[in-house]
Amino acid sequence: MSSALLSILPEVVLTVTGVLIMLADPFFAPKASKKALGWLAVLGTLGAAGATLLQLRTHQILLTFSGSIQMDTFSVFFHLLIASIVLLTLLVSLDYFKPGATSHSGEYFALVLFGAVGMMLMTCSVELLMVFIGLEISSISTYILAGYRKGQATASESSLKYFLLGSFATAFFLYGIALAFGATGTTSLNGIASGLSVTAFPTMAFLALAMMLVGLGFKVSAAPFHVWTPDVYQGAPAPVVGLMSTAPKAAVFAVLLRITATTYSSELLHARWVWLIGIIAVLSMTIGNLGALLQKDAKRMLAYSSIAHAGYLMVAYTALPADSIAAAAFYTAGYAAMNVGAFAVISQLGGYDEPLRTIDDYRGLAQKHPVLAAALAFFLLSLIGIPFTGGFFGKFYVFNAAIGAGHVWLAVLGLLNSGVACFYYLRLLTALYSRKLGEEGGEFEGSSPAAAIAIAGAVLATLLLGVLPGKVLGLAQRGATVQVSRNR
Amino acid sequence: MQIPYIWNYLPLALQILAALALAGGMVTASYILGKHRRTKVKLSTYECGMEPVGDARGRFTVRFYMVAMLFILFDVEAVFMLPWAVIYKQLPGITHSRFFGFNEMLVYIGFVAVGLFYVWKKGILNWAADKGDL
Repeated sequence: MSSALLSILPEVVLTVTGVLIMLADPFFAPKASKKALGWLAVLGTLGAAGATLLQLRTHQILLTFSGSIQMDTFSVFFHLLIASIVLLTLLVSLDYFKPGATSHSGEYFALVLFGAVGMMLMTCSVELLMVFIGLEISSISTYILAGYRKGQATASESSLKYFLLGSFATAFFLYGIALAFGATGTTSLNGIASGLSVTAFPTMAFLALAMMLVGLGFKVSAAPFHVWTPDVYQGAPAPVVGLMSTAPKAAVFAVLLRITATTYSSELLHARWVWLIGIIAVLSMTIGNLGALLQKDAKRMLAYSSIAHAGYLMVAYTALPADSIAAAAFYTAGYAAMNVGAFAVISQLGGYDEPLRTIDDYRGLAQKHPVLAAALAFFLLSLIGIPFTGGFFGKFYVFNAAIGAGHVWLAVLGLLNSGVACFYYLRLLTALYSRKLGEEGGEFEGSSPAAAIAIAGAVLATLLLGVLPGKVLGLAQRGATVQVSRNR
Repeated sequence: MQIPYIWNYLPLALQILAALALAGGMVTASYILGKHRRTKVKLSTYECGMEPVGDARGRFTVRFYMVAMLFILFDVEAVFMLPWAVIYKQLPGITHSRFFGFNEMLVYIGFVAVGLFYVWKKGILNWAADKGDL
């Protein structure tokens, strides 16, 4: 196999599967169950994960397609993470669309796969234009997925808002690329890394970095670019929210890590960059947590919680090179496990029509579905950051890395924020275990077998990251070493 | 003496100035030189076309939208073949392989064909088919 093909093999597998689904879909009757296509998508995702493991086994760094794709341990880490998230999302979505609910349930699976192609492409691109193409592929798929419950006004609002603001943010990112090209004469990240230290236009270079941060900050819903998040998450289908609050963010965080790595060559720029990131981190943590306190809608509350988590994650970027990359990569994995899990449970309880909205609607869940309630409670505890969960070690490594770099104030603010966050997570948690008030609020639906597997998988992953973080952290650290040694 | 880097943008600035002068000059010249007869017919929306009827914000059938969107899609897809065709003869030299450039275009056309097949099979090209579901 040629090295060029090997370096994008997971993307190729996913694209081919997605195309096959699109080809097969018209042969089904419009309102028929498209579950078979869902299983085909699951198979394709497993194939992509297998292809990524094949990449990992080669133990080499491949620079292909005229230096625009770099396959290394770092990209492999994020490929595996994205493939796992997509796998869980697909399993949760299999029975989400009841036959007859929509005639586009086949394309849904293809769109999830195409989105995953874009996200994976972002994590292995070392050329900003390639990053941009990956960002667009992933964004356009998620814009459509956000509006999938077409009959509902909130879904249309969600999709339109996401599309308009998303395009706006993409323009910022593109402008950043243009300025970076102006300052260093190249759009390749390796070239920018060596160009930043000798550039005649440090201000233009800083402006380029700041513009890119605006564009990417929007995609990870970091404050002050977060306003779209609650509205979009409220209207989008719950399995899609699970996907788009984790996988595209993981991909964007990977891009941010690669961009951060380019600034290591210039001390002045790196110091300014750390300040920018620090401000965004503090704003995201505080606005996210305070916003979540005020929410009555469960999905909106989790949306604000995801803003806060983006803030915690940003803290890692202020740390010393090797620590920062490993801590951030580990946090994305821990966050993905618990957040996908939480939204998986929510999607199964409400189903396609999502009658459960407010936190009070979740009262009495423990009596009806004790296992699902326990799973949701476990994910909430992990989101708080209780020991023996993935959330705990994620926060531990991030704050530890920040303290290691001398940013004690960031770690203190992060810990204070985690304390505030306890309050709203526990509010939902106590609702699960208290008696139902009257008859208002919808009935709880049970979980489908496939979704049960996915939820069990998410529980297992969260637990494993909290008890035995070594293996994942080891892979993250190996990825970090590649980045640091390359860009020094 | 070293010329400052920013002077490289001088042609760009001249171009912008020339464009502004041309556009502004033409409008001003026609305003100054032309005769102004403001009759009712002259001021109507389309002086020599049909009378506008109704509001532009009326409802259109989704069929027009589908056709327009597909036209743009396939139009843009066809445009991508032009740069490929222009450098086709140099491609073996660039890619160090005789058929790489050719095969890449086959893959590309394959994707376009899949799209066409999907659209056709879904009944979008059939004007009379029921589009209530779109």
